[in-house]
Amino acid sequence: MPGHMPAISFQNVGKTYAGARGATRALDDVSFDIEAGEFFGLLGPNGAGKTTLISILAGLARASSGTVKVLGHDVVTDYAAARRSLGIVPQELVFDPFFSVREALRIQSGYFGVRSDKRANDAWIDELLANLGLTDKADSNMRQLSGGMKRRVLVAQALVHRPPVIVLDEPTAGVDVELRQTLWQFVARLNREGHTVLLTTHYLEEAEALCGRLAMLKQGKVVALDRTSALLAGTASTMLRFKMDAALPASLAAQSRVTGRIVQITAHDAHEVETILGVLRAAGCQPEDLEIGRADLEDVFLEIMNGPPRTIEQAKVAV
Amino acid sequence: MSAVNVLSGTSTLLYKEVLRFWKVSFQTVAAPVLTAILYLLIFGHVLEDHVKVFGSVGYTSFLIPGLVMMSVLQNAFANSSSSLIQSKITGNLVFLLVAPLSHWAWFLAYVGASVVRGFVVGAGVMIATVWFAPLHLANPLWIIVFGLAGAAMMGALGLVAGLWAEKFDQIAAFQNFIIMPMTFLSGVFYSVGSLPPFWKAVSHLNPFFYMIDGFRHGFFGVSDVSPWVSLAVVGGSLIVVCGLCLHLLKIGYKIRH
Repeated sequence: MPGHMPAISFQNVGKTYAGARGATRALDDVSFDIEAGEFFGLLGPNGAGKTTLISILAGLARASSGTVKVLGHDVVTDYAAARRSLGIVPQELVFDPFFSVREALRIQSGYFGVRSDKRANDAWIDELLANLGLTDKADSNMRQLSGGMKRRVLVAQALVHRPPVIVLDEPTAGVDVELRQTLWQFVARLNREGHTVLLTTHYLEEAEALCGRLAMLKQGKVVALDRTSALLAGTASTMLRFKMDAALPASLAAQSRVTGRIVQITAHDAHEVETILGVLRAAGCQPEDLEIGRADLEDVFLEIMNGPPRTIEQAKVAV
Repeated sequence: MSAVNVLSGTSTLLYKEVLRFWKVSFQTVAAPVLTAILYLLIFGHVLEDHVKVFGSVGYTSFLIPGLVMMSVLQNAFANSSSSLIQSKITGNLVFLLVAPLSHWAWFLAYVGASVVRGFVVGAGVMIATVWFAPLHLANPLWIIVFGLAGAAMMGALGLVAGLWAEKFDQIAAFQNFIIMPMTFLSGVFYSVGSLPPFWKAVSHLNPFFYMIDGFRHGFFGVSDVSPWVSLAVVGGSLIVVCGLCLHLLKIGYKIRH
């Protein structure tokens, strides 16, 4: 489409790490675009390559092959414009122990050249502090803050230069419910106001609730890329959930997910549901609190991750 | 990228690096000043009546510029190296890595802050020790030139060490096994001209000797070698170290994977 410019564009991105035990292929020919204004989720198990991809986008790592662009700016050859367009919330809970919250935010904004309009910048910092519940901590040293508060400061630091594209790399890992709510309300508001959001998370219910489109990575490759609703609709759509103390019959174990007493079994249609219940009855099992519901993103995720390898064409279901 | 943005980014990083050491100035400024005073008291007391340098210069007077320059060099190195290794190990270097700062901005800010700390400590040592012996200013321009070049070179060397090191003890090893011996064996506490020929020749291979000797020339108007020779050696070393430092920053050596 003429004049079309994705907010983020990954084209044939590969990354190989050289190690003592030979080369490790962390990313293999990753290609997809994220459109301006999207709330996009990047999912995958540990080691799938999510953080490597984010690191290349942020300039923390360099791709072995391929190109990455932010609003048309190449992250290597036009890095200054690309980084100015990006706000990155890193996964690690890092902070500079020498400074207060306000000092850290002023310094971070200065790196991006926005200190020249000091009054407007200070007003934006005040707004960020208020929106993230940090106003009363503004003059506290970073060392004095709890983990949750430090996480909020990381979000504020990522937004302090008003980037149009926001990248959140597992921002809710290990944080309490209150912060999650505050953070998601704020990020959702920014997305409504036109910011593009790229989120990586292990909390799939968050991705399902927030992200309009998703990509899933497995062993450095894109194995799914579609709208969240299409991914949910295009897979096993029925899920049996029940509690049980006895062991599952062996014939059901392969298609089941067991968490303590809770058993979840995917079924593709009503006939398969009847078959499963029949097997349970025949084995003398007595399921409690039986529910039949729609599959959620976690089920889709597990099905894709445990399924056979897909080609890029199969992964790009609706691109 | 506009010039205002570039200037703002560089000046912000410089400001942050200066603020960082100033917030812990008891450790970064007061402690090295006290160390220099102790050197002066002990060595000056022991040797003042026994040693004359350059014919008529008293030992304590001779020692003061050497201690000032040694403090400038060691603290300039410590500033950039410790800041960078701390940021690497604690992970907060990410705040700089995601910013639109060029390798020149990193270089100017880190080296600039090292020069500032070197000069602050050097001025502190000078103010604290100048009362112990008469001191002249034969040629202040040499003092400024060698002070600036020496501090900048050590700031850049500290940056190289900070980029290379992956652990605190590697920086400590760099400091204790390279910087400290080279500064102590550069003629801070003695005139290299008084050494036997072999050790005199060895001292002439040490670039730190030329920094100290040129700096001292600014006070007394005499030195072991011509200040122009010292300027050529220090200038050449400065260019090599700065070139290496800028190259490592540009390729993201050990900071961008």
